[in-house]
Amino acid sequence: METEFTPWLSLGGGALIGASAVLLMATNGRIAGISGLTSRLLARSSDGEARVVSFFFVLGLLLAAPLWLIVSGGWPQQWVPSNPLLMALAGLLVGFGATYGNGCTSGHGVCGISRGSARSTVATVTFMATAFMTVFVMRHVLGA
Amino acid sequence: MKQVFALLSGLVFGIGLIVSGMADPAKVLNFLDVFGTWDPSLAFVMGGAIAVTAPGFALLFRSRQTPYFDSTFRVPTRNDLEPKLLTGAAIFGVGWGLGGFCPGPALTALPLAASGTLIFVPFMLGGMWIARHTPDLMSKTKEGTA
Repeated sequence: METEFTPWLSLGGGALIGASAVLLMATNGRIAGISGLTSRLLARSSDGEARVVSFFFVLGLLLAAPLWLIVSGGWPQQWVPSNPLLMALAGLLVGFGATYGNGCTSGHGVCGISRGSARSTVATVTFMATAFMTVFVMRHVLGA
Repeated sequence: MKQVFALLSGLVFGIGLIVSGMADPAKVLNFLDVFGTWDPSLAFVMGGAIAVTAPGFALLFRSRQTPYFDSTFRVPTRNDLEPKLLTGAAIFGVGWGLGGFCPGPALTALPLAASGTLIFVPFMLGGMWIARHTPDLMSKTKEGTA
């Protein structure tokens, strides 16, 4: 399925993501890493103050699409794979891998690289590589 | 105020994902499909985000000792490359390539209630819970999350 290349919208949306990361660090002193913020909500051991920040950040994330609907009059365009087994496995691997590896696209890919972190740069190169390989196998080897 | 700005940050992040097209797994999967229906948009999203975050962080850490509504900047300080980091990242990438969702876009797309998203998110939370309760078998040091 083809999608339209959107350089300007993607650059602008990316800048908003960056602005969000700077805003969270400036006000709350925390990295805008979605896997870290989200998984902290699931762990009983984490400190209460961190969980409050996580809760409100994730709430904001969940309210973005409804706000988009109210302002623009329609949901954002999307196409989501519908195979339930595939999506269950994908979710499990994404959740486990991101938390086990201390970060995902936002924590490592945006915030980590922006801080010049060698760990985050290596993590980003690693998950990009396995993601490219996975799509290649799925689409061009298995033909899914 | 902390809560207000945390909410605002999440909202801006989600709007950024929607504007950039990254809340749509089709665009992410096409970015990863260089030999097929390639859509380079994701590279522009990361570029735009880093172009704001890198100078933003640098300016912030240079001009202030503490955040506006908290006592410390919590920035990871580790710089070793341990197996856990690479294993986790590799596993995460496979899941990302299968579903086209990483955690931020999946949560942002949740209210649209596509059947694939409604399955992905609970399994993602389950995976996070398992990882939180998996002891680190390969290295002896303990650490927090990035």
